[in-house]
Amino acid sequence: MGDAVTADGLVKHYKDVKAVDGVSLRVPEGSVLGVLGPNGAGKTTTVRMLTTLIRPDAGAATVAGADVLRDPQAVRRSIGVSGQYAAVDEYLSGRENLEMVARLYHLPAKEAKARARELLRQFRLDDAANRPAKTYSGGMRRRLDLAGALVARPPVIFLDEPTTGLDPRSRGDMWDVINDLVGQGTSVLLTTQYLEEADRLADNIVVIDHGRIIAEGTADELKAQVGGERLEITVAEAERIADATRVLEVVGSGTVEADRHTRRLIVPVTGGTQSLLQAVRAFDEQAIAVQDIGIRRPTLDDAFLSLTGHKAVSDEADDFEQLAGQAS
Amino acid sequence: MTDVRTRLSSTTADDSQEIRTGSLIGDGLTVARRNLIKIRRVPDLLIFTTLQPIMFVLLFGYVFGALAGSGASVQSGYREFMMAGIFTQTIIFGATITGYMMAEDMQKGVIDRFRTLPMHPSAVLLGRTLTDVVNNVVVLVVMSVTGLIIGWRIHHGALHALWAYLLMLLFAYALSWVFAYVGLRVRSPEVVNNASFMIIFPVTFIANTFVPSQNMPVVLKQIAGWNPVSTITQSARENFGNLYALKSGQTHAAVDKQTAYTWALQHPDLYTLSWTAVLLAVFLPFATAAYKKAVAK
Ligand SMILES: Nc1ncnc2c1ncn2[C@@H]1O[C@H](COP(=O)(O)OP(=O)(O)OP(=O)(O)O)[C@@H](O)[C@H]1O
Ligand SMILES: [Mg+2]
Repeated sequence: MGDAVTADGLVKHYKDVKAVDGVSLRVPEGSVLGVLGPNGAGKTTTVRMLTTLIRPDAGAATVAGADVLRDPQAVRRSIGVSGQYAAVDEYLSGRENLEMVARLYHLPAKEAKARARELLRQFRLDDAANRPAKTYSGGMRRRLDLAGALVARPPVIFLDEPTTGLDPRSRGDMWDVINDLVGQGTSVLLTTQYLEEADRLADNIVVIDHGRIIAEGTADELKAQVGGERLEITVAEAERIADATRVLEVVGSGTVEADRHTRRLIVPVTGGTQSLLQAVRAFDEQAIAVQDIGIRRPTLDDAFLSLTGHKAVSDEADDFEQLAGQAS
Repeated sequence: MTDVRTRLSSTTADDSQEIRTGSLIGDGLTVARRNLIKIRRVPDLLIFTTLQPIMFVLLFGYVFGALAGSGASVQSGYREFMMAGIFTQTIIFGATITGYMMAEDMQKGVIDRFRTLPMHPSAVLLGRTLTDVVNNVVVLVVMSVTGLIIGWRIHHGALHALWAYLLMLLFAYALSWVFAYVGLRVRSPEVVNNASFMIIFPVTFIANTFVPSQNMPVVLKQIAGWNPVSTITQSARENFGNLYALKSGQTHAAVDKQTAYTWALQHPDLYTLSWTAVLLAVFLPFATAAYKKAVAK
């Protein structure tokens, strides 16, 4: 199998901002590559270079075998794009938008109409199909834009944060759509800030930060980089933390981290549920009351945190933290 | 290279077919259709194309008409004289819509959609300028009907009249490309609007549009004499047969001589067409380059 997308050393600088600073990646045919990164990591800039919207300062890229710089028209014949900000025409209705896009992909008029109708239904926009997109909610615009990317069933699809701003139901729908596409052999490059999404959809993941790739691999590989399983315990009384620590030193395979404030203890383990049972028995014998106990496998969040040194911006609190950090 | 591409497309849904790059005309028409839908949906634009021309004809016809003299026949003569001028001015203002809309489009996300589609690279500009033509035809019809109601007449037959309209449309089309370029460079719809107003107003007034320019002070008279706005107007006046409508008590030969006081005014068609050709030759490639550059920042 060939690669649907290749990028080698892509660079894009804006004055002193290194938006993208040497990104190389591959999307094997029929697979999904998730590009994961926090705000300002360079995800959108990368997608815009690959989709012929901006020219890289350096580096090379191909999409469906066509050189992005030398033959952008050939690239455009093979791609469907949904950018971070919905590229819909506000004055046109949803139907007119999709029909126009279909016509610009040069589908015959009849087919264009049929395809528009089909997509409007698929994206649950049939009720609003005939009013101007100006009257659509953010999520509806987003869905209309995504439908636009799929109009001609192109072999390679780029989705820049396809589910940002969608409600849970629409997000689930979107995941189904992407899975369907992949089932039909479409290659997908998607960016996301949601680790869960990358975990769910992507065959391969690249993590970028400050315009550079800082890690890549499958979701499992990335998790493995962060380390194995851990046992997490919350004891009922703060006085028993010392006793609990002694127990865990025996059960676990590394140093015990204890937090007096939350009464939480964490230790790496190798025995899985065996270690869990062993710990439960020991606590029981010593009459240490346990509020919560469990084996925790690392999530992509953990991976992200350990790779970038900061959390993925997946909740508001982090945004505020970051803003506060920038302001000071 | 082609290998991968065909293989890729053959793996997608069976009813998919090879996507091809579009033709300039085909894509241009699709874009033009989109622009026309937009005009219908935006009340401002609709008013611009329908009510405004009517208002202009009535205002200029009756207000300036009073200046021509106090007799009813003098005033109706003025209204007939002024029609060619108001046609020309309005059609030139129509060309600025391209600049405004181009700048607006560049600020909107839809241009990103266009740029990732296998469209002909000049289709957006062609579609935009074609929209102006359609718009201008509507404007001309509306104004002509208004004119006919207030006493304006075509005296030299349909063929001459058609030629007059055609010449206006051709020149306005070339101007659309000028404003497309301006819109792409300036990028702010409001600025484009104000700037074009600042330029077009004097250009369409220092001409024979509303007053006989031969009576102007000498500097203005010379500017007006070489102004393509004057030559379009002169040609239209001749072709509609409105040149002698302004009652001056002079023979036709004398009016001919007085109104056509420069070489340009003596050869208005040739002169106007030359301007049209030059503007197109310069601004068609300029605007195309600006479009490519503007979107590839
Ligand atoms: N046209 C531009 N001019 C100047 N700086 C830019 C431009 N486009 C992007 N940048 C900068 O480049 C960096 C990367 O931006 P980019 O939009 O690619 O990030 P992103 O990963 O998509 O972020 P987000 O998750 O917020 O969408 C940012 O610091 C941004 O400010
Ligand atoms: Mg982005």
